[in-house]
Amino acid sequence: MFLSRCAAILLALSVSIFTPALGVDRTTVSVAAPWEIKSLDPSVSGFAFQRMQVMETLVDADANGVLRPGLARAWEVSADGLAWRFVLRDGVTFHDGSVLRPEAAVAALVRAAGKPGVLGKAPIDRIFADGGAVVVALRAPFAALPSLLAHSTTVIPAPEAFDGEGKPVAAIGTGPFRVDTLSPPQRMVVVRFEDYWGDKPGIEGASYLAASRAETRALLAESGDADLVFTLDPAGYARLATVEGVATTAVPIPRVVTLKLNAGHPFLSAPEARRALSLAIDRAGIAAGITRFPESGATQLFPPALGAWHQAGLAPLVHDPNEAKRLLEGLGWAAGDDGILVRAGERFTLLLRTFPDRPELPLIAAALQAQWRAVGIELEVSVSSYTEIPAGHQDGSLHVALYARNYGLTPDPIGTVLADFGSGGGDWGAMGWENAEVAARLDEIAATADESARVRGISEVVEALQRELPVIPVVWYQHTVAIAADLDGVVVDPLERNYGLSRASWKD
Amino acid sequence: MTGLTRAFAVRLLQAALVALVVGAISFAMMQALPGDAAFRIAAGRYGYDLMDAASAAAVRQELGLDRPLAVQLGAWLAALARLDLGVSLVSGGSISGEIAHQLGHSLQLAFGAILVSILVAVPVGVVTGLHPGSLADRLSLGVSALLRAVPAFALGVVLMLVFAVELRLLPVAGHGAFGHLVLPAVTLGIGLAAVSSRVIRDCVAQAVASDWYQFARTKGLARSVALRRHTLPNAAVPVLTYVAVQLAYLVEGVVVVESVFAWPGIGHALVHAIFDRDIPMVQGTALTLGLLYVALNLGVDLACRAIDPRTRA
Repeated sequence: MFLSRCAAILLALSVSIFTPALGVDRTTVSVAAPWEIKSLDPSVSGFAFQRMQVMETLVDADANGVLRPGLARAWEVSADGLAWRFVLRDGVTFHDGSVLRPEAAVAALVRAAGKPGVLGKAPIDRIFADGGAVVVALRAPFAALPSLLAHSTTVIPAPEAFDGEGKPVAAIGTGPFRVDTLSPPQRMVVVRFEDYWGDKPGIEGASYLAASRAETRALLAESGDADLVFTLDPAGYARLATVEGVATTAVPIPRVVTLKLNAGHPFLSAPEARRALSLAIDRAGIAAGITRFPESGATQLFPPALGAWHQAGLAPLVHDPNEAKRLLEGLGWAAGDDGILVRAGERFTLLLRTFPDRPELPLIAAALQAQWRAVGIELEVSVSSYTEIPAGHQDGSLHVALYARNYGLTPDPIGTVLADFGSGGGDWGAMGWENAEVAARLDEIAATADESARVRGISEVVEALQRELPVIPVVWYQHTVAIAADLDGVVVDPLERNYGLSRASWKD
Repeated sequence: MTGLTRAFAVRLLQAALVALVVGAISFAMMQALPGDAAFRIAAGRYGYDLMDAASAAAVRQELGLDRPLAVQLGAWLAALARLDLGVSLVSGGSISGEIAHQLGHSLQLAFGAILVSILVAVPVGVVTGLHPGSLADRLSLGVSALLRAVPAFALGVVLMLVFAVELRLLPVAGHGAFGHLVLPAVTLGIGLAAVSSRVIRDCVAQAVASDWYQFARTKGLARSVALRRHTLPNAAVPVLTYVAVQLAYLVEGVVVVESVFAWPGIGHALVHAIFDRDIPMVQGTALTLGLLYVALNLGVDLACRAIDPRTRA
């Protein structure tokens, strides 16, 4: 032990002589987060290039989700709502020195539309260049189109970023930082791009490290090796709150832990059954004990971070196991010998599918198992790959699934909501549940430019979802971040589009 | 055929067989896994915010996953014959490029760990082997049992806390600078030294107790000379073989330590490739690891031949 310690200390000392002092360099910012950069392809890793501000989208959004000009300085839609015209900013150059022309933006968007991503949510007919503008022609009106063009899969890389066959070969964007070193899947170093069209960043550069383990990220923040650390586990978050030189913050984000129910299943087809399942859930307990933000128990599907989609006046989802039992009794269920409900010789047994990628999900599943057991429902839990959820939706074998749904993929969530609750339901939304009224309202919300009609439609949809519970919300997410106390100007983006590096600066 | 060329020829043949068998078996095993490959690949690419049945269908079509299995395997083998490992189904990058990056880091970490383990284990093993049953011997047994019982990632976190968070001598995690290598290498090296110091101790103790050592001493050689000329070369052969086994384990078996230290490695790559059903990547990494074993065996053969005069006859 002594010898090994001596060797370790000796090695450590010898190395520290050769390594520049860490954390003293105050012109750059280092970021640590769990997400790996798997590819140069914007459809796969656009998020990393967008968040590090290497690549930009035509449309930008502020921290409140309000759209603002990005690479497009303005946009307008034709009177019939079928042609959107995005006028590009002048004087924008890519990091390789080439000038941004509409053709480059069209090529990037056509490529994005051909891949899985958000553009598939809009009825796009074709995309073409016209003068200094990019025109998106639609088959049907879609008012939220600009919102889709704020998503990371629609970033505009330089034409030179692709080879002759359209394969991505480099990460060349227009953002305030350009890539200096990229070693996928874990590391990226960026430096300030001096010819940036907008305000120049205050820092000279930044680095990104994908650290998959939460313990590692917490220690990176504590040691000062990383100045901005995203997604902390409850233990690390609590510990960092007491560490000098580190500020922690939790920002509510539009991501919801949700239970997907197969409403086509005989046990779950009655709205009363789904309501009973919801009443049996102790959301405050889960929020306090597992996610550790007691106020984040979901009272409705859409969290406050979603603006108009969150209806403050809506009667909240509550915990009432006795009412749950009463509803189930009303549906003909009676407790058997072991306390599990039985109806016509069938036990009330369901299989819940979830996955471990978000470590809290299996814990929440275990809590649900106990809470539903208390009202007489036996829940088996299968922790596997999340692909089993859409697969089970497709082949109809799914009973219940637990996952975290991101309604903040685009500043306006209509694309995602439409996919989840529109006609036919969705892989990550309703299953075996069809509400023509809701589907019609959603189509209307997607198409209309009339703000009051939109607000009315949203309110009707939200009420219907709360009443019929095609999915049961459990808790809303908090985005936990540790920020070096000396770092100024960082605004945590609830839409996770941006790490705020271009506005960051070090205190003197 | 001389002994040396024979050794090369045997290992070369072994390498070709390994390539064929590993490629085919890993392909078959990937096919046997439950779940739809197109769904897993789509998940690996797009993450679950964007992955759905439609993206899986797009992946299936793009990659031709509907083709008969024999055709898919045949295509891989034909490409392999041209020394082309193909492209990753997830990243779209060339497999050889990705493996070079990952394997390079794995080898750095493996050699770093072996170096640490040798620096620690050789002095400890030799001293305790020369004095079996002494207090130092019993102490080293206790400490090595203790260190062996601590999981490597827990040791890693402790080292991070001490050297990175408290003393601020080294970075917590990451890669790119030499300093990043130290903590993971020490974490692994200490665990290895815990065992190899005992192996060395036994070999040395055995050598010291042997007749030829007694003879060397009797004929008048000083203890240090007898140790250098007779004991160490005799003890080195089993130790070298053992170190090679450790090296092989290090290259592929340290996924947890890699992920604790955010260190890219081939083990990490292989695990992710299996999750994501990135079949060419699995085949490429398994093949590389297989060939590495062959190369290691060859290296050990040659080194033992150099140390042990009997094999040179």
